[in-house]
Amino acid sequence: MSQYLPEVFLMLMGFSILLYAILDGYDLGVGMIMPQNNEAHRDTMIASIGPFWDANETWLVLAVGILLIAFPMAHGLVFEALYFPTFLLLLGLILRGVSFDFRAKAKDQHKGRWDLLFRLGSWLAAVMQGYMLGRYVTGFDSGFAAHLFAVLSALCVSAAYAYIGGAWLVMKTTGLVQQRAAFWARRAGWLAALGMLTISVVNPLISADVAARWLTFPAVFLLVPIPLMCLVLLVAVDRYLAHVPTRDDIGCWFPFVAVAFLFVLNFFGLAYSYFPDVVPGLLSARDAASSTASLTVIFYGVAVVLPFILLYTAFAYRVFWGKTQKLSYY
Amino acid sequence: MMDPALAQTLMLSRMQFAANISFHILFPTITIALGWMLFYFKVRHDLSGHPVWLRIYRFWVKVFALSFALGVVSGITMSFQFGTNWPGFMQTVGNIAGPLLGYEVLTAFFMEATFLGIMLFGMNRVPNWVHTTSTALVAIGTTLSAFWILVLNSWMHTPTGYELIDGVAHVTSWKEVIFNPSMPYRLSHMLLASGLTASFLVAGISAYRLLKGDTKAAPRYALATAVFVASLLMPIQALVGDLHGLNTLEHQPQKIAAIEAVWETEAGAPLVLFAWPDEQSRENRYELGVPYLASLILTHKVNGEIIGLNAFEHHPPVKPLFFGFRLMVGLGLLMMAASWLSTFYILRRHQIPVWLLRVLTGMTFSGWLASLAGWYVTEIGRQPWLVTGVLKTADAVTSVAGTQVGVSLALYLALYAFLLIAYIQTLFYLARKSIRVAEYDDTETTKPGLRFLMGQAS
Repeated sequence: MSQYLPEVFLMLMGFSILLYAILDGYDLGVGMIMPQNNEAHRDTMIASIGPFWDANETWLVLAVGILLIAFPMAHGLVFEALYFPTFLLLLGLILRGVSFDFRAKAKDQHKGRWDLLFRLGSWLAAVMQGYMLGRYVTGFDSGFAAHLFAVLSALCVSAAYAYIGGAWLVMKTTGLVQQRAAFWARRAGWLAALGMLTISVVNPLISADVAARWLTFPAVFLLVPIPLMCLVLLVAVDRYLAHVPTRDDIGCWFPFVAVAFLFVLNFFGLAYSYFPDVVPGLLSARDAASSTASLTVIFYGVAVVLPFILLYTAFAYRVFWGKTQKLSYY
Repeated sequence: MMDPALAQTLMLSRMQFAANISFHILFPTITIALGWMLFYFKVRHDLSGHPVWLRIYRFWVKVFALSFALGVVSGITMSFQFGTNWPGFMQTVGNIAGPLLGYEVLTAFFMEATFLGIMLFGMNRVPNWVHTTSTALVAIGTTLSAFWILVLNSWMHTPTGYELIDGVAHVTSWKEVIFNPSMPYRLSHMLLASGLTASFLVAGISAYRLLKGDTKAAPRYALATAVFVASLLMPIQALVGDLHGLNTLEHQPQKIAAIEAVWETEAGAPLVLFAWPDEQSRENRYELGVPYLASLILTHKVNGEIIGLNAFEHHPPVKPLFFGFRLMVGLGLLMMAASWLSTFYILRRHQIPVWLLRVLTGMTFSGWLASLAGWYVTEIGRQPWLVTGVLKTADAVTSVAGTQVGVSLALYLALYAFLLIAYIQTLFYLARKSIRVAEYDDTETTKPGLRFLMGQAS
């Protein structure tokens, strides 16, 4: 058992990143598609994520935490290489996070400005996460093509966040807010689809290793359902969103669940391409790992605590189940 | 000698880390104790059904939410900084720091963040006891978080329970790592500091409301609660602070020598009240001291020996420790006077005079200043070490170019100044806004949370 700890922690880190991308992804997406000219809509949209955002962001802390504590070598390598993008990401997260509270508590005439910072912060965080993912996947290659790839990735991730944010609002809201969300989610979905397609084509082209994993017999036959399922989901969500509002709001949960599943499939695609490297092409989990004794200590903690975290997270979502109501402190 | 480019990166990285952690610590210092105060207000309301406790809860839960958000976002910055600026830290002591930080995320962060949502917005959505429990869980979460981070910080000051193999620290005993010699003192000192900071915040804002003409019961109840808590905690803090000092003398004597500005080892050393420590000529200028007092306080003997700075190969810079310590103690004495005087007026005169309300308002953030001064003393006092005897600060720094660090530092400073101004303005704005709220009437009286107290059989 203990000999596989580095890989176990790599998977745990992946799990945290996936949960973060889905959960804070919809938070950031909601922030990205907030309208500048309608305060009531913004109130509803922010109310839909208000009780959750803080816990959602904690998955990022866990992911970075696992990188830090299980793979200290990799943590240094990654964040020295991504020094400035990391700073901008943090700037975005700070602006978004504090605006949540300031907008509701500062003077009324300042509310619009805090909302602007909220949107700006959400955009900055999303774009930087995409950019950093792009740089990371190419092993921080400094060539022009690699930077172009990172820009593409920034576009794709931002679009994906707006997509899942819109889908979340379709589930959690009604009326005009819901229709606007469907409108933007559809368009973001097209962009995300284009991004996914491009990255799927480019990735095997620039990495012989990735090509070897995907495009050889018999793997190719076992893997073909993944892009097919993605295609089916994209089309089905698009068709649903085109018909919002549906009668009796039937199936309002469908786009969110489907897009979350899309995230899972894409994540699996990335994980399959690079496992068991903790920094693609540069560093394997095994070479970057902390001592087995330390990993064992954390592993016990994770094994005991993680089920509780999942349990009370589920409880919190149940408490705020259903359509969003106005947020109030009592 | 160090490469000048690296020296620049080192200096800027240290400034950036100091800026980040100074800004960050302000908010947990409030929320750790304010969480427990909210729990107290909520329980008082549940037991008595008196609407005033709910009024207090509703006002301070907003302050808590705002402070918590600022604490969270500035805390996330910290977890990235280890990699961006101090990769050597985790590469050397990651086997110890890693699990401690990991347990903080697992046992504290998720719990407080998740139940915060229910605590803030769930009062009408869950049974009352679930809401009260959520409030307690948030408070427990913030305290657990303080526990883990102070374990790690104390270990960096007084490392035990490890061995170095090829320059990398490995744990030999987790019990010794966690219960390292300075941990109990540092943890108690910090938790009490949090209690005092939150008390003076509550007292200051409540006094401000009274000054601005708020005639409702809530600010008076809150003010009384806060000054009682502060009156009680202040002498305990003085005692714990003294014990912490003795513990430091045992394990980090060079830090005490710098705090007291003792250059030559001396028996019967005076307590220097004021001086200008000069590191060039290694002596104090304009010294004003009380003979024998430093020896008496630190060794409990009139002629006790205090080892001077000249006896150490490495010692921290003297001025920041000397002045920082005096600022902290001075503020502590002021806080003791203000809280005791207020308690006296409340108990004996049944009102607080306007001048004292002004003093309390002026001291709203005195806990912040005292805590920061104390942290600067203890953290600068560890230099040149990052982990005492194991890793020097200079050996942990990143190879990122100084210009990049300079730009990020400047932007962080601008951002933090902006947020700090916004935060303080918003607190006083919330206070002014609450004055316009009408007093509760009898119809607002809600049922006590415990039916037992209403005398019903079932």
